[in-house]
Parts: sequence; structure tokens; C-alpha cells
Amino acid sequence: MTNPISLEAMAASVPDGALLALPPDNSLPSVALAKALVRRGARGLRLLGVPVAGFAADMLIGAGCVAEIETSAVSLGEAGFAPRFSAAVRAGSLVVRDCTCPAVHTMLQAAEKGVPFMPLRGLIGSDILAHRPDWKVVPNPYAAAGEDPIVLLPALQPDVAIFHAVMADSLGNVWLGRRRECATIAHASKRALVTVERVVPGNFLEDERLAPGTINATYVTDIAIAERGAHPVALLDEYGFDAAYVADYARMARTEAGFTEWLAREVMTGAAPQAVAAE
Amino acid sequence: MSDIRLEERLAAALARLILAPDAPPARHIAVGAASPIPAAACWLVHKQGHPVRLSLLHKRSGNPFTEGTRELFDLTGQGRIDLFFLGGGQIDGQANLNLVGTGEWPGRGVRFPGSFGSAFMYAMAHRTILFREEHSPRVLVERVDNISAAGVNEPGVFRRGHAQALVTGRCVFRFHPDRARFSLQSLHPGETVEGIRAATGFDFDVPETVPQTPDPTPAELALLRGPVCDEMLETYPEFCARVFDRKAAA
Repeated sequence: MTNPISLEAMAASVPDGALLALPPDNSLPSVALAKALVRRGARGLRLLGVPVAGFAADMLIGAGCVAEIETSAVSLGEAGFAPRFSAAVRAGSLVVRDCTCPAVHTMLQAAEKGVPFMPLRGLIGSDILAHRPDWKVVPNPYAAAGEDPIVLLPALQPDVAIFHAVMADSLGNVWLGRRRECATIAHASKRALVTVERVVPGNFLEDERLAPGTINATYVTDIAIAERGAHPVALLDEYGFDAAYVADYARMARTEAGFTEWLAREVMTGAAPQAVAAE
Repeated sequence: MSDIRLEERLAAALARLILAPDAPPARHIAVGAASPIPAAACWLVHKQGHPVRLSLLHKRSGNPFTEGTRELFDLTGQGRIDLFFLGGGQIDGQANLNLVGTGEWPGRGVRFPGSFGSAFMYAMAHRTILFREEHSPRVLVERVDNISAAGVNEPGVFRRGHAQALVTGRCVFRFHPDRARFSLQSLHPGETVEGIRAATGFDFDVPETVPQTPDPTPAELALLRGPVCDEMLETYPEFCARVFDRKAAA
């Protein structure tokens, strides 16, 4: 049976230093849980953008929660460059492991399959490869000897997958439609923490129309209800992207002081009392 | 017909490159996020009646994929994407792209958002059109500080395609992968070869005569301002308001 936990309890279950896989702004990040992690004062987190990172990652970086990020980009989309990410790169206070989108997917797919590595075309000649000692170039064993170099990528198993879904059912299955990168990170990660708009009775897997967009409860560690939990990011056809909110963030987060003020207004006020006290 | 805007000229120039008879056919084109002008070019080709499948990655409704964002890369890996568009914070004379940032790795000077899928797409799409409206020595450099995606590879490295051309706000360059150099293909109105040289950080070849980039035809302009704008309104409202003077219905 689904037994949702509180958002603050979910944030408390994420240990400092954990490797967190996050979907990008067009694919259902749990901004609500990211804000709760800021409130709990998480430290040393390692983020994986699947395959890129956006608003939630920039906020976590600005709040000092993040030690490392592995991603193919960090961007606020139409609102421009990610200001706290850019500042942290300039300051050298953040370890950045640059990646390229299909490499993120491939490393996670290797973890999904339980194999140690998978090959990927392209990448050769890129400085991304030159800065990744964990990526190896080998001759394609199926080609004539010594020919056709190809890149091997190690399996990547995040500690925690974090995303926002539309709904959970009575059995703890979650439905988020076609955004299957969330299924990939749930499959590949040790744990998946999912925030949802609502919990509904029934079993999505018995409904042929819902089943293809469902992630089986076997992959889902905990569920928390967070209404408008993706905001300011869009949630499928449930609600749209709040461009004004992100533009306001981008403006304020240009400076450390502005970001701190934004955080006090938009994140810390939503705290459970004990979380504020803990900060 | 009112004055031709630069964005309309660029969209028409891109559309001609998409349809270039000496390039492999563009049956399936993918367009990334921050690309309203390439998206307009693709819609123009579509509205001209050419049978082309468009996968617009950031279309808010009717996203083309059902397997998440990896589906684009799987399609491209198989050779099912004929044409892709890329830009860059820096582009050099060998068509190397830098989307990471300037200065020491990983962009300790000015950090750009990141490489996205470029390191893969550039090699695995059948061809790529490079597009960057800003034409300055800051963007078009002799050698990029960091390579997100390489313009050419050593012999023996599997690679399906290269840059076909680089379109800027001032001219069109054609790329020659065999010698890893650009040549000047056409100049937008008011531009000169000397002016382009002064604004370009890399060396390039200049044929004896360099034509002007053709104006969009009245038929192309009518399509851009009508049906193309209709298709783009949802994804690029700000662009449509600015270029086509059209606001989305509330």
C-alpha cells in the first residue's frame, strides 16, 4: 500500500554526499524536494543531470549543497545562463564533470542492464573525452583488427533518483507519461524518491492506457505528496512553465546577496519549523 | 510586402541549404531548444510542400518522442536523423565547436551552459548546419579554447557527417571537411569580403566572385509570416512577437 511520507522526511533520508540523479527542466524535476534539501542544509551532494540540469540544480549549487556536478549542460533555458552554477565554476568551488547527453543515458542504461560498460559512437576528438579518464577508447572487437576506435562508458549507478510524477496509485506505482528518462534513472539508481501531485486508488498497471507511462513500485523507494511540486517547471499538461518566476530568479541570483534574499523569500519560509532551526 | 528582416533572410538562407541539391536528402530534421531561426527554416521547407519530418525537441505540446530524450540520440546513432543544427560560444576555422566555455577547462573564463549532445550529434547526423547570428572575432576564432565537438576526425574514426555550412548574421560559409576549411559562399546585403575578414578570427578561402545571399522571395516571406509563424507561436512567443509582430492568443 502507498504510504506517503512528508517532504521534509524525504529530504532527511538523503544523506550528505549522495549522488543524486535529476531530470532537466523539461522532464519533471522535483523542485519541491530540491527546496526541502536546501532547507535541511544538505552538504556535499553530487548531482547528475540527466542529461542536463536546470533550475533545481542551480538553486542547490547556490545554497552550498553541492560539491560536484556531472552534466551535459546547466541552463535556465529562455532565462539564460545558470547564474549560481556560473559563479561556482568561476570561483572554482564546484567540481564539474562535463558530459554529453547520450553518454549520460548510455552510462545509466548500462546500470539498468547490470553490465559494467556500454559503447557509444561519436565523442572522439572532443575535449570532453580528453577530460574523462574513466572513459576508454578501444578498437571495435567486431571490426578488422586495430580499426574503428569506439568509446566505452562505465555503468553509472546513482545513489538516489529524484523526480516529480503526476500521481501514484494504491500500490505505489507512479505515472508520469512518456518522460521515460525518469524511468531510466529509477531503474538505474539504488533508491528512487518521487514526489507526486496526488495519490489515487487503483492499480495503473491494470490499465492498458496508463501502464506504458507508469514506473513500477518495485523501483520506487518512497513517495511524498507535493502539490505543484515541479513549479516553476511545467508538469505535462497539468500546469505550464512559470517563466516570470524563473526570470525573477535569474535576475536576483546574479549576485550572492540577491540569491540569499531570494532563498529566504522562496525557500526558507516554506520550511517545517525544525528544518529552519537546524539551519 | 514590408522590409525584409534579418531573421527572415537567415531563415530563407537556411532553408536553401536544407534543400541544397548537392547535400544528402533531408527527410528527418531535428531542431534543438534555443533555435527559433533554424526552426523557422525547417517549417518553411515543410510549408513549401517538401516531404520532411521535423522533430522539434522543445515543442511544448506534441513532443515527438515517447522514450524520453535518449530517443533522439538512438535515432541519430542509427543514421535516422539527416540534419541537425548546432551553434557555439566559439567556432573555429576547422569547424570545431566550443559550448563549454573560454579559458581553462571547464570554462574558467566565461562558462557557457555546456556541450549538450554536440559531441555525438555532430559526428552521427548525416549533416549539420552551423548557425550563429553574432559574427565577431570573439565568436569566430582561429582555435577554440575547448572542443565540445570536433569539426573533423582522423582517418579511420567512424563519422557519418560534418558541417555543411556556417550561417551568420553577415554571410554564409561553406565547410570543406576534406581540407578542414571554410570558404565564403555568399555575403548578406551590405557586407564586403574585407568586412568579413575583419570580423572573422579564422582564415578562410574566397572564390573569385562571391554572390550576395539571395533575398527571400515574396512567396517565402508570405509563408514565414503566415503558416510558419502559426506553427512557431506556441514554442517561441517572444520571437514571433518581435519578428512577425504577432502575439499568441491569451
